[in-house]
Amino acid sequence: MSIKEIKLAHEKWLKGPVAEYLRKSKERKDEFISNSRFPIKKIYTPLDLEEIKFDYNRDLGFPGMYPLTRGIDPLMYRGNFWVMAQIAGYGSGEDANERFKYLLEQGQSGFTIEFDLPTQVGYDSDHPLAQGEVGKVGAAIDSVLDAERLFEGIPFEKVRQIYTIINATSPIILAMFIHVFEKKGISTDQFRLTLQNDILKEYICRGLYVFPPEPSIRLSTDVMEYCILNYPNWNPLSICMVHIRTAGSTPVQEVAFGIANAIVYIERILERGLDIDLLAPKLSIIIGGYMGLFEEAAKFRATRRIWARLMKERFGAKDAKSMMARLSAFTGGYPLTAQQPANNIVRVTLEHLACVLGGAQLMGTTCYDEALAIPTEEAVQVAIRTQHVVAEESGITETVDPLAGSYFVETLTHQIEEAVLEYLQLIDEMGGAIKATEEGYFQRELAKAAYEYQKEVESGEKVVVGVNKYQVEEDARLRIFQVDPKVEKRQISRLNELKSVRDTKEVEKTLQKVRRDAEEEKNIMPSILDAVRSYATIGEISDVLRDVFGEHKEESNYM
Amino acid sequence: MSAKIRILLTKAGLDGHDRGIKVVARALRDAGIEVIYIGRRQTPEMITNAAIQESVDGIGISVLSGAHMSIFPKIAELLKEKDAANILVFGGGIIPPQDILELKNLGVLEIFTPGTSTAVIVDFVKKTFLHQNDPVL
Repeated sequence: MSIKEIKLAHEKWLKGPVAEYLRKSKERKDEFISNSRFPIKKIYTPLDLEEIKFDYNRDLGFPGMYPLTRGIDPLMYRGNFWVMAQIAGYGSGEDANERFKYLLEQGQSGFTIEFDLPTQVGYDSDHPLAQGEVGKVGAAIDSVLDAERLFEGIPFEKVRQIYTIINATSPIILAMFIHVFEKKGISTDQFRLTLQNDILKEYICRGLYVFPPEPSIRLSTDVMEYCILNYPNWNPLSICMVHIRTAGSTPVQEVAFGIANAIVYIERILERGLDIDLLAPKLSIIIGGYMGLFEEAAKFRATRRIWARLMKERFGAKDAKSMMARLSAFTGGYPLTAQQPANNIVRVTLEHLACVLGGAQLMGTTCYDEALAIPTEEAVQVAIRTQHVVAEESGITETVDPLAGSYFVETLTHQIEEAVLEYLQLIDEMGGAIKATEEGYFQRELAKAAYEYQKEVESGEKVVVGVNKYQVEEDARLRIFQVDPKVEKRQISRLNELKSVRDTKEVEKTLQKVRRDAEEEKNIMPSILDAVRSYATIGEISDVLRDVFGEHKEESNYM
Repeated sequence: MSAKIRILLTKAGLDGHDRGIKVVARALRDAGIEVIYIGRRQTPEMITNAAIQESVDGIGISVLSGAHMSIFPKIAELLKEKDAANILVFGGGIIPPQDILELKNLGVLEIFTPGTSTAVIVDFVKKTFLHQNDPVL
């Protein structure tokens, strides 16, 4: 059938069966709109591929080959399933350690470490601002001794990847981990350590910055440079898209704003004289898996194609590995409901499905009780099994990129790419991501999108099952996880003990060196390594840096 | 004509997720309530000082980090100390039912948990603070 014939048949369909249906009945909605605000047509056909000038070789190609739309590995899940790496962390190092061991026993092949808020913003557990926060949302790490507890007895031969959710204090946590691996004789080639280390997104959506943007980016770049040169197997930066989405963005903004931040980091490393082909193969991207199955899968595919083209055309990358977008995917947080929590299992399954159809390399699934608290063991087991069922029973991992060629999905992939590129141009014209952040552009866009989403839920336009439709009288008391309240006291007494046994003079010496290197713009990692080895605490090191760099104060009116 | 209701909104503790509180701020503003949003990393001292300085009628606090039992009681205490217990406190976030009961016993008016609509919050604010702004006859 030629395009002309399809066009005629399409007309016949619209004027015939569709018109007849619409005379007697109507569609469920006046408008069908995607999460990125693209209008969704009644049907997609070869006419749509024609309209987007779809060219198989140019737009898709083959997996493992530029432009990588279909996947970064030639055989994808026919070779290996993705790394299954649930987020875990709470209490003291040994509490998180217990959960890591449980998860490895349950069959996951990596883990994602969450730290508590004081650790993430450089306060020791005995700091006044840490009160009530110690060990609540992640593991409390005050000193290298806590880092040792985190990894005690972990069977590293079973671990493919460790993802660490640390940003403002990434130099300190990295140093602690390096010391622990050295001390325990753990070969750093055996597994991939991935650091989040994306400080820019903190200013716009996550809020766990410490210092102002410029010195923070310098620290982040120090970490990247240090890892590139010393730990080539590690990923020292994970460009964050998922947090932007969590804050309310559309899928297009999720990708666009994340890439805008990535451009800043890449430029900074290149300014230090490192080659793009030395950096890019070590970058990772953390992307979300949300509701809207086809748009999410298309988002992943578009991200790979955009990234490949960006690396090649904007940054002149030559190494095939530089063009590959290594995607770590996490299913969404905000779609989870406190109402009828079992429904969340279905939501997470669909979101995870999108990630698998999208072709991510590492995945974590959220848990049915996470609208209420960090997950129980039971809930996290269901989340891991979700991944196992999809991997082993669903059939979708039997071939590579099964959605390719779908008229709908290829159109969406194209639309997302176009819209992202438009945003990137806009942000470039603004002066780049730092400028956009300082002027509140991202923050306002996010607040606007979040508000629109909320309005749609409250008007019923967007159905949230159990919340604005199919509600029940909620009475089930779900057993939710509670962090041991003794954690804070325990950490404080450990700090006191540590301070009484360590060599205070040595600590002072190493902290002086941190200060000097911070002031003299030397790479901060060697001095921080010495500091953690002398048992300086995360708070003490961060305080030195606060003294040198100052603290960031947000402009709270960007909404 | 009665004066506008003045509400201070804030994040408290170290958590930085401000999507929810910003949505609430906008919804209250759209409903004609005057909102002063002071942002992230606010301590109980900073919150009570700002509330008194801005002469607000009420304080709305977002806590998602689990630190609510350290934060709310301290704010209630400080307001009492500074003779400002007429400023009423409410909040929302990730706060389990047993803690909500305890907080209410301490004088927190209401805690809004996941799934609450902004319409409910607007309604609550209007009903709670309406009388304070009735014209004096």
